[in-house]
Amino acid sequence: MKEINDLNLPEDVKYTKDHEWAKSEEGIVTIGINDYAQDQLGEIVFVELPEVGDTFSAEDEFGSVESVKAVSELYMPISGEVAAVNENLEDAPELVNEDCYQGGWIIKVKPSDNAEMNALMDKAAYLEMLKG
Amino acid sequence: MRYLPHTQEDIKEMLAVTGRTSLEDLFDTIPDALKTKTDLNLPDPLTEWDLNDHMEKLASDNIACKGYTCFIGAGSYDHHIPAIIPYLVSRSEFATAYTPYQPEVSQGTLQGIYEFQTMVTDLLGMDIATASHYDCGTALAECALIALRKNKKADKIAVSDLVHPSHRQIIDTYLKPAGFEMVTIGHTKEGLTDLSAVEALDGIAGLAVQSPNFFGHIEDLAACKKVAESKKILFITSFTEALAWGLLKNPGAFGADLVAGEGQSLGIAKTFGGPGLGLLAGTAKLMRDLPGRLVGRTKDTNGEDGYVLTLSTREQHIRREKASSNICSNNGLNAMTAAMYLSTIGKIGIREIARLNHDKAVYLKSVLTAAGCEPVFDQPFFNEFVMKAPKNFKQKRTELINRHCMFAGLDLEPFYPQLTDHYLFCATEKVTREQMDQLAKEVA
Repeated sequence: MKEINDLNLPEDVKYTKDHEWAKSEEGIVTIGINDYAQDQLGEIVFVELPEVGDTFSAEDEFGSVESVKAVSELYMPISGEVAAVNENLEDAPELVNEDCYQGGWIIKVKPSDNAEMNALMDKAAYLEMLKG
Repeated sequence: MRYLPHTQEDIKEMLAVTGRTSLEDLFDTIPDALKTKTDLNLPDPLTEWDLNDHMEKLASDNIACKGYTCFIGAGSYDHHIPAIIPYLVSRSEFATAYTPYQPEVSQGTLQGIYEFQTMVTDLLGMDIATASHYDCGTALAECALIALRKNKKADKIAVSDLVHPSHRQIIDTYLKPAGFEMVTIGHTKEGLTDLSAVEALDGIAGLAVQSPNFFGHIEDLAACKKVAESKKILFITSFTEALAWGLLKNPGAFGADLVAGEGQSLGIAKTFGGPGLGLLAGTAKLMRDLPGRLVGRTKDTNGEDGYVLTLSTREQHIRREKASSNICSNNGLNAMTAAMYLSTIGKIGIREIARLNHDKAVYLKSVLTAAGCEPVFDQPFFNEFVMKAPKNFKQKRTELINRHCMFAGLDLEPFYPQLTDHYLFCATEKVTREQMDQLAKEVA
C-alpha cells in the first residue's frame, strides 16, 4: 500500500472525510473515490451505481464499491440530482483503480446548493486529516 | 461432530488464562436475579437400556409416515428416498463438515455445493442459485427483502394468498419489524391468484406468487411477469414441490427475477416438517443482492479446477451489520443430499418421477370424484388438488388415521375459513392404486 506522501491527490478537486473526490465544472459536479480509497480497497471488482435522476442529500449513501477484500459504501459529497453515471464501470470496474480521477469517475451530479462545494476539504486539509 | 466435555484440568487452565478463580467468579457479570439458585429439577439417571425404552415410548406417541399411507403434501412430501442417499450423506466427510471457509481443506464439500448450485439453476432455469437457506419460507422472505432493498422507495410486497400460509407468516414476521408491509392478494373463484388486485397497488417492490400454488394449481406465470413488468417491480415466484419442475416449464422461462423453493422433495425426509432445504435462485443482475453462501469455480496456481466461497463480501462475517442478510448459516448437508438425489435420478428420472406423481394424482382425483367428493376447481395441477368432501368426512378422516394408517388429505378450513369441508389431497409416486382405491371406498 502507498505511503501518504506517494498518494496522487490533485489540487483541482475537493475531498471528503470518506475519501471521495468532487470536481465542479460548468455547473456539474463529477464524483469519484480518491487514490487513497482505491489503494486501500485493492482490486475493485464491482461498482454499484445509482440511477440517473435519483436525488440525494450530502452524506447520503449513493452506491458501493466492492473489492476483493470488502464492500464500501459511497457517500455524496454534496446534495443534488444524478445527471450521469459512468457506465464503463459495469464492464471495467478496474478503471477506478487505474485512473480514479479521469476514466474512473463514478457519477456526475447537478448540485442543489453550489455553496456545499466550499465546505469540502482541499488537498492540504485532506492530507492533514489523513495524517491525523 | 464429537462431543468432548471439559475436564476439571481444562476448566482450571482456561480460568487461569482469564484470571478468574472459579466458574462463579467468571460469570459474575451476569446479574444475580438472572441466575438459577436451585439445582435443575431432573429425574435420577437411567441405565442405557432403560433410557432406550423411555425414548422409544416417547417416540411411539408420534405418528411418522413410515407404515402409513400419506395423501398429504402441502409443503412436505412423502417421496421415495433411494437407498444410496442415506448411505452417502451419513459418511463423515459430509455429515460433519463445517462451513467451508478454508478452501485448502474443503474441496470435496465445495465441489458438492457447486454442483448443487448448478443443478438448481438447471432445474429452475435461473442464472444463479445460492447454497442454501433453511426452507422455502425463509428463502421467500429473503426474496421480499431483496426486492425492498432494490426499490428503496417502496415499502410493501404483494403476496398471493395461495402462497403457503406458513410462508406468508414468515414473510410477515420478517417485514413487520423492519417497517414494511405484506399486502395479501386474494384469489379468483378458479383458484388462481387474482392479478387484477395487484394493478391498483402503489408502493410495492415485488409480487410473490407460488406455483404450483397452495391449492396445487399451476399459476399463469407469464401473466404474473407481465403485471410485475408493468408495475416495474420484481417478480418473485415460489414452490413447495421441487419435483414439479420435472414436468413443468421452469420459472426462468417465464422471466422470474427471483425464485424461492422448498427442496425437501429432493431426497430429504419429512422429519416433522423440518429441517427442509431453502432454494433461492435469481437472475445474474441480482447476483450481488442474493443473501447466503455461494461457491464459485476457479483455477488454482497449477491451472487446475478449484472451488471457493465467492462474493463473500456481501456476507455477515465480512460485512457485519451491512451484510445483505444475517442468514449466514446454510443447510449444507441437505443441499448435498439434494445434489446426490438429483444426480441419482438424473434428467430422465426426474421426468419419470414427476410424471408418476401427476398421473397418480389424476387417478386419485377421479376415484374420489366417483366416490362422491366434489372437485372444486378445474385447473391444471401437479400432484395436489382440492376436493369438497361429504359432511361426515371429518370424522371419517380421523378413523382412517387410526384404523387404516392413512392420512386422508389436509383440512383447509383452518387456513381458509370459507373452505369448510374442503381438503387438499396429494399423491406421490409412493402411493399405490390399491391404496387410492381403498381411500375412495372408505370415502364412499
